[in-house]
Amino acid sequence: MGQWGGYLQLILDGALVTIKLTLMGSALALVMAFLAGLGRLSHFAALRWLATTYIEFFRGTSIFVQLFWAYFVLPLLGLSLTPLQAGVLALGLNVGAYGAEVVRGAVKSIGKEQYEACIALNFNRWQSLRHIILPQAVVLMLPTFGNNAIELLKASSVVSLISLADMTFQAQVVRAQTGSTLVPFLTILILYFAMASVISFAIRGLERYMTRGLDGVRT
Amino acid sequence: MEWDWAFVIQILPTLLQGVKITILATLLGSIVAAVVGLVIAIVRRSKNRLVSMPMGFVAEFIRGTPLLVQLYFIFYVLPDLGLTLSPLVAGVIGLGLHYGTYTAEVYRAGIENVARGQWEAAKACNLTPFQTWTRIILPQALPPMIPALANYFIAMFKETPLLSAITVLELMNQARSIANYNYRYIEPITLVGAFFLVISLISVIGLRWLERRYGRIG
Repeated sequence: MGQWGGYLQLILDGALVTIKLTLMGSALALVMAFLAGLGRLSHFAALRWLATTYIEFFRGTSIFVQLFWAYFVLPLLGLSLTPLQAGVLALGLNVGAYGAEVVRGAVKSIGKEQYEACIALNFNRWQSLRHIILPQAVVLMLPTFGNNAIELLKASSVVSLISLADMTFQAQVVRAQTGSTLVPFLTILILYFAMASVISFAIRGLERYMTRGLDGVRT
Repeated sequence: MEWDWAFVIQILPTLLQGVKITILATLLGSIVAAVVGLVIAIVRRSKNRLVSMPMGFVAEFIRGTPLLVQLYFIFYVLPDLGLTLSPLVAGVIGLGLHYGTYTAEVYRAGIENVARGQWEAAKACNLTPFQTWTRIILPQALPPMIPALANYFIAMFKETPLLSAITVLELMNQARSIANYNYRYIEPITLVGAFFLVISLISVIGLRWLERRYGRIG
């Protein structure tokens, strides 16, 4: 039984890398989602095009290909990334593209009367976005953002293939060293599920927090 | 490093071999996902909570864990338990099970969209549950779901490179072996990206057509 302690430590080390990747990737994804999502709604055609190209490109190709591209091809073009940087970059940009559509959908779903009220109050575009539209839209985005974060957590397992020592990678190490398959893989399946549950629990809490006092106001 | 067109033309046939396997895996995986999703959706509707609750948990569990780990599980663990599968079969089962939990949600929404009166009418006509499902509910529920299902099949297509991790020789794996063998990464991996972009853009056009033809739900 003693040997399993060391292997469990390996897997927990990997879990830490997975958590780090998920947090950093989600942060990048959130920034990209708002930049590209609002970019698509911009008055400037060039910005709209840029955002659309970004979104279509990252949604149209596989996360796996993007990661490999970031890790193997970018160095040849003069930009060397560590596996962790490549992982965060690929995960963040990929999930950010999905998130951008969520941002766009939520902003567009805010009723016309809200915009009219902004004009009536003589708000400029930034003010109405900042004080009126986004506070309402963010609440609508939250549940889907939660799902996106879980997708990101799951996609992070792919970084094990570019030799980043995340949880999946460590499970493979344990498999190679012990020949045991069921224990390491079942362990990490349960850990992944636990992390996903934590994310959906946290998002639900955040949603409750942000909608407090809004009962009866939202339709 | 320069982009080399001669090298591109040289590796194209091998990559197209990979495209074939990728498309095959997507099609087979889609069929499995379509069936698994329907089964999950129907079982979760069961009034017997001893049946519906465990199924709900299993579906949530599969949906909350990475496909890659599930593929490893099917490919490495099942043989130890006495079930050895070829890489492609393991991959198709993995894709199908994983996306089955997503399509189940589509089926659920589609089935709930069928008006209650249809169930009552089926009961009034003294149809058996099997007849009710196959003659009344599914023929009405299925067409509006088609675009949403197709959406997940396109998503699945983009996850097929994961099969390379369990040694299926699909597009990504072919590209990697070419890249490792020739020590040139730019062309093979960029081409893989281009193939994916082209095929998924074509599929999206197809999807838009399906949406116009069948309308969309949820």
